Amino acid sequence: MTTMTDPHHQGGFKLSMLIYDSRYRSITIQIVALIGFLTLIGWLINNTGQNLADLGKEPSFGFMTEGAGYDINQRLLDYTSTDTHLRASFLGLLNTLLVAVMGCITATVIGVMVGVARLSHNWIISRLMAFYVEMFRNVPVLLWIVLAMAVMIESMPSPRAFRGEDPAATMSLFDTVAFTNRGVYVPEPLFSNSLGNIHLFGTSSLRFDVSLDLIVFLVVFIGGLLISRMIGKRANATQEKTGVRPTVWHIRLAVVAVPTLTVLWALGFYLGYPELKGFNFAGGTHMRNSLIALWLALSLYTAAFIAEIVRAGILAISKGQTEAASALGLRPRRTMSLVILPQALRVIIPPLISNYLNLTKNSSLAIAVGYMDITGTLGGITMNQTGRELEAILLLMLVYLSISLTISAVMNWYNNSVKLKER
Amino acid sequence: MSDLHFVRSEMLPERAPPASTVGVVGWMSENLFNGIVNSTLTILSVAFIVWAVMGFLGWAISPTWAAANLRDCQEIVAGHEGACWGVIRDRWKQLLFGFYPQELYWRPILSFVLLFIALIPVLFAMISRRMNWFLLLAVLAIGALQVGGTLGVALAVVLAAGAAFVGFQMVTTNKADRAEQIAAGAKRLPNPLIFSVLYPFIAPWLLWGGSFWLPIVALLGFVLGWAAMRLTAGVIGTLGATILAFVVPVLWWLFAAAGFADVAHGILPMGIEAVESRLFGGMLLSLTIGVVAISISLPIGIVLALGRQSDLMIVKALCVGFIEFIRGVPLITLLFVASTLLNIFMPKGTNFDIILRVIIMATLFASAYMAEVIRGGLAALPRGQYEAADALGLDYWKAQRLIIMPQALKISIPGIVSTFIGLFKDTTLVSIIGLLDPLGLSNTIRAHTDWVGIYWELFAVIALMFFVFCFSMSRYSMYLERRLRTDHR
Repeated sequence: MTTMTDPHHQGGFKLSMLIYDSRYRSITIQIVALIGFLTLIGWLINNTGQNLADLGKEPSFGFMTEGAGYDINQRLLDYTSTDTHLRASFLGLLNTLLVAVMGCITATVIGVMVGVARLSHNWIISRLMAFYVEMFRNVPVLLWIVLAMAVMIESMPSPRAFRGEDPAATMSLFDTVAFTNRGVYVPEPLFSNSLGNIHLFGTSSLRFDVSLDLIVFLVVFIGGLLISRMIGKRANATQEKTGVRPTVWHIRLAVVAVPTLTVLWALGFYLGYPELKGFNFAGGTHMRNSLIALWLALSLYTAAFIAEIVRAGILAISKGQTEAASALGLRPRRTMSLVILPQALRVIIPPLISNYLNLTKNSSLAIAVGYMDITGTLGGITMNQTGRELEAILLLMLVYLSISLTISAVMNWYNNSVKLKER
Repeated sequence: MSDLHFVRSEMLPERAPPASTVGVVGWMSENLFNGIVNSTLTILSVAFIVWAVMGFLGWAISPTWAAANLRDCQEIVAGHEGACWGVIRDRWKQLLFGFYPQELYWRPILSFVLLFIALIPVLFAMISRRMNWFLLLAVLAIGALQVGGTLGVALAVVLAAGAAFVGFQMVTTNKADRAEQIAAGAKRLPNPLIFSVLYPFIAPWLLWGGSFWLPIVALLGFVLGWAAMRLTAGVIGTLGATILAFVVPVLWWLFAAAGFADVAHGILPMGIEAVESRLFGGMLLSLTIGVVAISISLPIGIVLALGRQSDLMIVKALCVGFIEFIRGVPLITLLFVASTLLNIFMPKGTNFDIILRVIIMATLFASAYMAEVIRGGLAALPRGQYEAADALGLDYWKAQRLIIMPQALKISIPGIVSTFIGLFKDTTLVSIIGLLDPLGLSNTIRAHTDWVGIYWELFAVIALMFFVFCFSMSRYSMYLERRLRTDHR
């Protein structure tokens, strides 16, 4: 911005030139700003150090290796109350990521459907969707979370209601899923010829079991997808050359399905169903109330925002594009997939990812319903038990910051790769 | 031969369109029942709406307004599923004001109404100056009546007389005549923006109460700074005067202000009853935090946005670092800082109350988002505006003040409003650190023996309150967007 140039000074350097000469002024301002900033930081650190010393709490992260002594009821890895605070925080982080990933997927699915439905010509459908969007956008997300939790606790039957000859409640979806006021029990995937687990990081606090079955399954599945894509590309090339597209869909399906199913059969895949044992359900995967409530509320809340983004993205593509595509003779479906969507996605994706970021940050509200995410473990019980507020909050912020920065790095990379190369 | 026609020589009268394409039937067949899929969807949605509305009304219409506790309600609805509205009748004041003393409710209400009057010249710019002053004087007169005592009555009389005078003028003069008079140099009323500037000093005093000298003393700091700059500019140059304009008020607030207020209060005690922060609650708390944080974050956000856009590398790095840090962490961690760490960061013995700490952190939080909104506004300005400012020979600050900022802020108003909506919704998070916002109060109410286990009624009313605020603000911002559409490009 500073494009002005000063007349070249004859004679030597004068002190006043530091302020009045635009060549030196920017340096002066920056140095003053830096000194001011460093003074502020120094003052804060000095105060903190003195106050902590007076309280007898020298800053140290040693507490992370002490025993945590509390239980985490919803967890992805093995954990006992004798494990360290570090292990507890690690599990909390995994829980945060779990609810964030689940939430992002459901929010996207609901959001895209609602966003498209809002553009429907059907008057009732579009009004209904507008109502949904406004209702969720204009009420705090914390209220939705607490409300979802209250619904889970108050209006679901207790496991006891499933007992007896003529039970008051029955399991849903062909007797496979049980909705109770203690949470939802869903079937879990099991393998009778299991290959066992890989144990990573030995017995340290970050120990991590990875199921070999899952790895084998994923490798075969993804390999199938890649091969299928290659076949698709070859078909495209043939079409480009000869103008006739060979029929390949059955080969593509077989390439994915046959090896995957074979692997599942070889590993002895079956589903473990939840069953009523005594006063509670056993077997299956238990998703606690707090997880379900948080997941539902975050998905529905974020979906309202995503719906608006999708709607805006589709509306941003001018009508001329559709008309040009029909003038070229493209069918409506090809118009959508080849003309509208690639352009709309460029508008949709950046705000979509920033909404994923919001969802991840909002998942810290788990603490209001007692879901043990990283805020609940590290920023909640660990902080209160050890009294290490400074260290705990610092670590907590760093964790969230690195998640956020990772997501925005991905976003920037994507933005740059799809940016219109113009002028 | 001559009267033999094969071509019709006059137009046929227009025929009415087929009955199936006009009127209600036509609209329905076009919008609701075109095709099987759409018809099915329509029928399903209607069924869903009927089911939901019937269910909701069946629950909501229940004659429990007078119930004194949950057992009364259960007796009244007698086994049916029915809402218990008695809790709302019993506690609605608490949901709005928290534990603010009942006889002082006029103060938050007055500051809320004054907020709108202060916002009129900033945002609406659609009513005349005299209308604005009339409103202000009338509201102040009503407020003064509440103070009571001879002073209050005297104030009310004076203010009401002023309002009556302005109102009389407004009714009796013709708009066109008035415009001519002004063009001919007639005196105008002072700009109502004066009150908007004073409002940030009046509102905290009204809410927290205490000596009237405190806002005066705070305001005096700015006056002193301005005076120092004016008086010394000729003697020590612009730069020195500018530095003085910052230093003098800070010195005044740090060292002289408190003593001066005490002395002045000793000589002439004027004030209203002080209210402690811990009594604040409900919507009052949410609004206080939201409004204060947004209004302070606006100037900070402008500075941060300019810093982020500037060529000065270190300044830019500091601004980017601050913005990305705040935007990268959830608000709840910042609130944890407010509740546990902020006192540790300050010199020993500093202890300021929790609401102030929350407001500080909420302000920092909002500033980062505000900076991004304003940066968007700056980026949306065509490059030519910057170049034109340079071509006119304006320096950086003049260019910002006269050319860039007025346009950039105008573009960012919808973004600013939506930041405010977001922050206002996020104020509910303070319930997690134990403050009594509406959600926190719902827990307190549920803990009382009369209302143990009451959820839906409270949630419904709180949601409704937030919805009314946020929805009307978002509609207003859409209206502004249409009105301010400048179409530069």
